[in-house]
Amino acid sequence: MDSTISEKATRTPLRSTVIDGLKIVVVGGFGVGKTTLVRSVSEIRPLNTEETMTQAGLGIDHSDTAGKTTTTVAFDFGRISLNEQMVLYLFGAPGQERFWFLWDRLFAGTLGAVVLVDTHRVEDSWYSIDRLEHHGTPFIVARNNFPGSVHDLTELREALTLSENVPLIDCDARERESSKQVLLTLVNHLYALSSARETTS
Amino acid sequence: MRRRAVDNEDPDRLYTLTGGRSQANESELDLVTLIVSQADPIPGMQSEYAKILRICRSPTALVELASELGLPVSVVKILLSDLLSGGQVSARHPSSARASAQLPDAAFLKKVLVGLHNL
Repeated sequence: MDSTISEKATRTPLRSTVIDGLKIVVVGGFGVGKTTLVRSVSEIRPLNTEETMTQAGLGIDHSDTAGKTTTTVAFDFGRISLNEQMVLYLFGAPGQERFWFLWDRLFAGTLGAVVLVDTHRVEDSWYSIDRLEHHGTPFIVARNNFPGSVHDLTELREALTLSENVPLIDCDARERESSKQVLLTLVNHLYALSSARETTS
Repeated sequence: MRRRAVDNEDPDRLYTLTGGRSQANESELDLVTLIVSQADPIPGMQSEYAKILRICRSPTALVELASELGLPVSVVKILLSDLLSGGQVSARHPSSARASAQLPDAAFLKKVLVGLHNL
C-alpha cells in the first residue's frame, strides 16, 4: 500500500526553506471537535499516528504492578505553513486522565494549548485545565458552540472556575474562519504574556 | 482515514526493524523536528531507510514521517538515529528546544500572528 506512487500522490511536502517546527495542542474530551478544528485550518488532511510509551510505575497510585506498562496512544495532527521558515503543527490530544503521560511529552516545547469545551459536558474539561495550570502551559478555552448552548460565557467561566486572565471564546470548529480566530486568540494571549514579561524584566 | 493499530503490527517486524532496540540514542528528537535527506537510497538498503530518504527529500517533521511510514513515533526515532549517525539525514531542531523559557519572545510570536492572519 505504501508504494512510491501513492506517497507522491498523497503527500504535500513542506517548502525546502522551512527550519522551525512549532506546536500547539488542542485538548478536550472525546467527540468535542478536536479533529474537526484541526481539519478546518490544516493545509493537509489530518493525519494520525501512534506513540508507544513505556511508563515506569512512578507516580501512579495503584502501583501494585512493580514493573512497567506499555501503552499505545493514537493522536491526530494537522499543519499550517506560517511563512518560508516556520511551520505550525496542531495536535489533537485526548483529554482523559489516563493519557496524562502523553501530555507531558506533547507539551514539551509547545507554544500553548486550546481547551475545547463541549457545552453539555463542561466537567470533561476540568481535568485538562487543571493539568495545563499545573504544567504552566499558557492556554485559552474555546466553547465549540453546538446548538442549544444554555449558558452564557460568564456562567461557563464560573463553571470552569477559570481565572479572569484566561481568554474564553465561542467557536464553530467546522468553520475555517472561526477556528483561525481560536488560534489567533491563543497567540494574541501568548503575545500579551510575553510582552508583559519583557517590560517587567 | 488510514488507521493502523500498532498492536496489530507484527512484533517480529518491529523487532527486526529496530534491531531489538527499544530506545533511540537521539532522544532529543521532537515530534516536530524536521528531517532532511543528505543522501539517496542505495540498493539493498532496508526498505524503511530507503523510504525515509525518499520522503525527506523535502523537509519532513518526525510526526509526519511516522504517519507516512505507519510506524510508532518511537520506532521512527530509532531508525532516524541510525541515519543521523551515518550522516544520511540531517535534523532541523525546533527553536523551542533551544529556548530556556517556555514562552517565546514577542517578536517571534508576532511572526506567528502574521502567518495565521494570512491563512
